[in-house]
Amino acid sequence: MLNNLHKQLLNDYQQDFPISPQPFLEIAGKLGVSEDFIIKAFSLLQEQSLISRIGPIIQPNHIGTSSLVAMTIPAEQLESCAEIINQFSEVNHNYERDHAFNLWFVIIASDQNNLTDILSSIEKKTGFATFKFPLLEDYFINLGFQLDLND
Amino acid sequence: MIDSVDLELILAVQNGLPLVSRPYAQIAQQLQLTETLVIQRLLALKKRGLIKRLGVIVNHRQLGYQSNAMVVFNIPDTEVTQIGRKISQFDFINLCYRRPRHEDVWPFNLFCMIHGKTQETVLQQLKNLIQACALEAYEHDILFSQRCFKQRGARYKSTPLKS
Repeated sequence: MLNNLHKQLLNDYQQDFPISPQPFLEIAGKLGVSEDFIIKAFSLLQEQSLISRIGPIIQPNHIGTSSLVAMTIPAEQLESCAEIINQFSEVNHNYERDHAFNLWFVIIASDQNNLTDILSSIEKKTGFATFKFPLLEDYFINLGFQLDLND
Repeated sequence: MIDSVDLELILAVQNGLPLVSRPYAQIAQQLQLTETLVIQRLLALKKRGLIKRLGVIVNHRQLGYQSNAMVVFNIPDTEVTQIGRKISQFDFINLCYRRPRHEDVWPFNLFCMIHGKTQETVLQQLKNLIQACALEAYEHDILFSQRCFKQRGARYKSTPLKS
């Protein structure tokens, strides 16, 4: 389904997408196709949800205050609690995981007080305790995701 | 650390560049800036590390990486930085952070993410990691993702700036 050009677009432009007036033309020049062809290929990848966007990853905690949060919720209430939590626009990821702490989500709040308010509101609405896991140290430099697209 | 123009710019690009010939010019127009200024500011933000990277953000689940594991270790505080840096060198590691423990319920302070096509691949990679970094003595756990209730990029709002 993915041709070689799609694979190159997926793997080679995670780290260094051109920040220049005509980035797609620059990529087109490297790959020997037209600018329009590249724009259409990225549009297709985006329509198929293979890429979520071309955008920035921001160093955490430089704008606002974020935290990973975990909760323990009985299985039969997990879905409804997750829905309540997702209604907060400050919640980004929200995953069920196979552990006593079975719900894990990330909140980006404007500041520490705002974070505390959101968490107490979540506790009140769901009836379960929240545990904060803010980032203390980031060891990771390169956030690109090397895809093996051969099978 | 960042001024209001930088913040406006980040808010404008965080949901993705428009897929048009001159995306930075389109952003500039929205913000009533010049294309040159938008490009200069983005390059400067990237150089300063505030933008960790700018590029294609792939949807790993959609691309066949169905197994997403959060692997956690309990590493003594005096060793955690050194081990965290070592772990983050492995190409199958996607994130590696130190986070707080919670007394009685959560002893782990080092968190990393492994995305793999299958659970078996992820378990094998973890085994290799533990061997290569000599982590056998440390308590660890692996939390595979089950249902995804929400997944989108970090979304920042117009908030007070940090000094």
